[in-house]
Amino acid sequence: MLTRRRFSIGAVLALLSRPAKAAEWIAFDTLYKSFGVRGFEFSDRIVALKGQEVTLTGYMAPPLRAESTFFVLTREPLAICPFCQSDADWPVDIVVIHLKAETPLVSAGAKIAVSGRLEVGSSTDPDSGFVSQIRIVDASYRRV
Amino acid sequence: MKTWTALGVCLLGLVATGAQAQTIYPLTRAEILAGSKFDFKVEFPGAPAQGAVKITINGQDPASVLGQSAKFVEKEDGGDHSAYWIRGAQIAKPGAYTVEASLGDKKATVQWEVFGTPERKAKNVVLFIGDGLSVAHRTAARMLSKGITEGRYNGELAMDDMPHMALVSTSGTDAIVTDSANAMSAYTTGHKSCVNALGVYCAKNKSTLDHPKVETIGELAKRRNGGMAVGVVTNSEIEDATPAGMVAHTRRRADYNDIVKMFHDVKPDVIMGGGSPNFLAKSTPGSKRTDDEDYIKKFEADGYKFVSTKQEMQAAAQAGSSKVLGLFNTSNIDGALDLKILKKGTVSKFPDQPDLVEQTKVALDVLSKNQNGFVLMVESARIDKYSHSLDSERAIYDTIMLDNAIKVAKDFAAKKEDTLIIVVGDHAHGVSIVGTYDDETPGNQLRDKLGIYADSKFPNYPAPNAEGYPEKVDVSRRLAMLFTAYPDYCETGRPYMNGENVPTVKAADGKTYVANEEYCKEPLAARRTGNLPLESNSGVHTADDLVLTAMGPGSEQFKARMENTRVFRVMATALGLGAGQ
Repeated sequence: MLTRRRFSIGAVLALLSRPAKAAEWIAFDTLYKSFGVRGFEFSDRIVALKGQEVTLTGYMAPPLRAESTFFVLTREPLAICPFCQSDADWPVDIVVIHLKAETPLVSAGAKIAVSGRLEVGSSTDPDSGFVSQIRIVDASYRRV
Repeated sequence: MKTWTALGVCLLGLVATGAQAQTIYPLTRAEILAGSKFDFKVEFPGAPAQGAVKITINGQDPASVLGQSAKFVEKEDGGDHSAYWIRGAQIAKPGAYTVEASLGDKKATVQWEVFGTPERKAKNVVLFIGDGLSVAHRTAARMLSKGITEGRYNGELAMDDMPHMALVSTSGTDAIVTDSANAMSAYTTGHKSCVNALGVYCAKNKSTLDHPKVETIGELAKRRNGGMAVGVVTNSEIEDATPAGMVAHTRRRADYNDIVKMFHDVKPDVIMGGGSPNFLAKSTPGSKRTDDEDYIKKFEADGYKFVSTKQEMQAAAQAGSSKVLGLFNTSNIDGALDLKILKKGTVSKFPDQPDLVEQTKVALDVLSKNQNGFVLMVESARIDKYSHSLDSERAIYDTIMLDNAIKVAKDFAAKKEDTLIIVVGDHAHGVSIVGTYDDETPGNQLRDKLGIYADSKFPNYPAPNAEGYPEKVDVSRRLAMLFTAYPDYCETGRPYMNGENVPTVKAADGKTYVANEEYCKEPLAARRTGNLPLESNSGVHTADDLVLTAMGPGSEQFKARMENTRVFRVMATALGLGAGQ
C-alpha cells in the first residue's frame, strides 16, 4: 500500500503529466503467465507495473451492493451461473476494483474500461473478507 | 402406503388448526437406515422454556431411543423459536417410530420408518449421475453415437442395455422443482431436503453448517463392512453439488471452502474433478480460499498421490497408488465436444485433461484394490451445465461421454458380477427433440428450416468415430433439440463452434437478463421472447420424472415409479450397510 503522502504526490504528478503520460493498457489475457491447478504466476509485465497507473477493459460483475466503491471486473460477462449468489462461482482471474468515490454501479454486464493504480498480490478486504490477487485502486471507469 | 395416507390426513388436520406447529426433523415419512447417523431436532415456535415442552419417540424419552444426550436451546440464534437437539443419533432396530412433540395443547407427530438391510448382495456399487440427464439427451446421444436407419437404431447405448428400469421422481421438501444439491443428497442420504442443501434438513439455523445432518453413503461406506473404498469422480469442480453430495453437510451448496474440508474429513480414496482454487492457500495467486490452508498438501500428507494431468493420473494408477486426488482444471473440466473435436473452452490452457472415461478406468483400478469393496460415484456434470446454456450439441456429446464411462464399468463388472451399476439423472431439463434443421430447405427464417413430422429427415452427422462421437457437428441436417423454458435470447439453430453458448447478459438494471446480441447478428438468428421470469439467465430444471436403468446384484429393486430417496435405499440394501451385521 502506498502511504497517503506518496499517493498525493502521485496524484499531483499524474494530473500534471496527464496529456504526456497515459496509463498503461493491460489485458485479461496477459495478467498471468501460467494458470496451473496449483496456482497462477503473475506475468512479468504485471509485476513490473505494480503501483503504476493502468487501464483494463472487462465486464462489471453483478455488484455486491448497489452503491459501492468496490466491484469485480471479469474477462467475460457473468451470465451463466444459475446459483451465482457467491464468490464461489466467480472466475479465478477476476480483478477487484476500488473506485475513488462511491458510485451507483449501473453498468453491470456492460463492457467498461477501468483506470487506476495497479496492486498485485494476495489481499483480504477488511470489510467483506473478499480475497483478491490483482486490484485496481483509486479507480474510475467508463463504458466502452 | 395406507399408513402414510392416514398420517397425511392427520397432519393436514394439525396444520389447519395450529397457526404454526413445531417442526420435527427428520420430517415425517423419513426412511432411515438402521444404524445410520442423523441429527434429531424439534423447533418450537414462540421460544418456550424447556419445561413447557414434551417430546417422545414411541412413548419413550428420545435420548434413550437415540443413544445420545439431548440439548435444549432457548431462543436459538436469537430467533423466535427454541430447539431440542440430539446430534449424532442412531437407531439400530428396524421398525415404525412415532415422534410426538407437545407444547401446551399443540402437538406435532411424525412417523419414521427405520429399515434394516438383509445379507449383503453386492461387493461394489457404481452410481452414474448424468447431471440433468433427461430422456431427450439419451435419445439424441443414441442417434449420434449409434446411428438410426429406417427408424431403427443401429446399436444400443451402454446405459440402455440394462435389465432394470424405473421412473424416479425428484421433488424436494420445499418445491416441485429441485436442484443438483438436494437431488444428490436424496441419493446419498435417503432423505429429501430443499434446494441448495447437501446432507442436511433445512431448519431455522443461521449458520449454513448447523442444520440437522443426515449421514451420506460416502461416510457410511467408510465405517461399515470393515471400511469400504469410496470414489468421487466428476468433470465439474469437485466442490460442485453432485460430487459434494457424497461427503457434505451444508444448507448452502456454495460453501466450497467448507466442502473441501468435508472431503478431507471423509477422505474418499479417489477424488477427481476440477476446481483446484479452493484447495490453495489464499496467499497463492489463483486461490479462492479465505484462509491459509493448503489442502493439496494436506491430502499429500495423508498419503494421497496428487495428479493434475491425464498422464500423471494414469501413472499413479500404474504405480499402484491406493489414494488419488486429481484436480485437472481450475474450473470445470472441458466437455467432450471441446476436449475431443473443437479444442475450444480451456483446452489450450489445460491441454492434458482426462475425459470422464479415462477417469472412470483409473478410479476402478484404484478402488478395486480394497478387498471390502467400494462405492464409486461418477458424474457427467456438464450435460446440465450445457442445458442451462441452451447448448444442445455440447450436452449431447457429454451424454455420449457418460455412456462410454458406463461401458468401462460394465466391462469391469462383467468379470465377477458382484457390482451394482446404476445410471440416472438427478433432475430433468425441459429438452425435447422436435425434428431436424435442414439448411437445404428453402426459406429465410430459421423456422422455415425446421423439419417436423414427415419433414424431420434423419440427420446427416458422419458415422461416429471409435469413441462414438461424430467428428463433424455443424452438418447441414442436424437435430433440433429444443428447450421448453428459456430467457430472452437469440436462437441460431446451429452448434456453437467457438465455445459454449452464452444466451444472455445482465441488463442495465443489474437484476434482469437480456439476449446476448452477439448471436442475434448471425444469419437466420431468431429472437426469442423468454417465457421465464426476467431474472433468469439460462434454461431451468424441470420436475419431470427421470428414467433410471440398472444392472447387477440388487438392481431388481428398481421398478415402477420411485422417489429419488429410494436410490439410496437400494444401494444401502445391496451393500448391507444397515445395523446388526
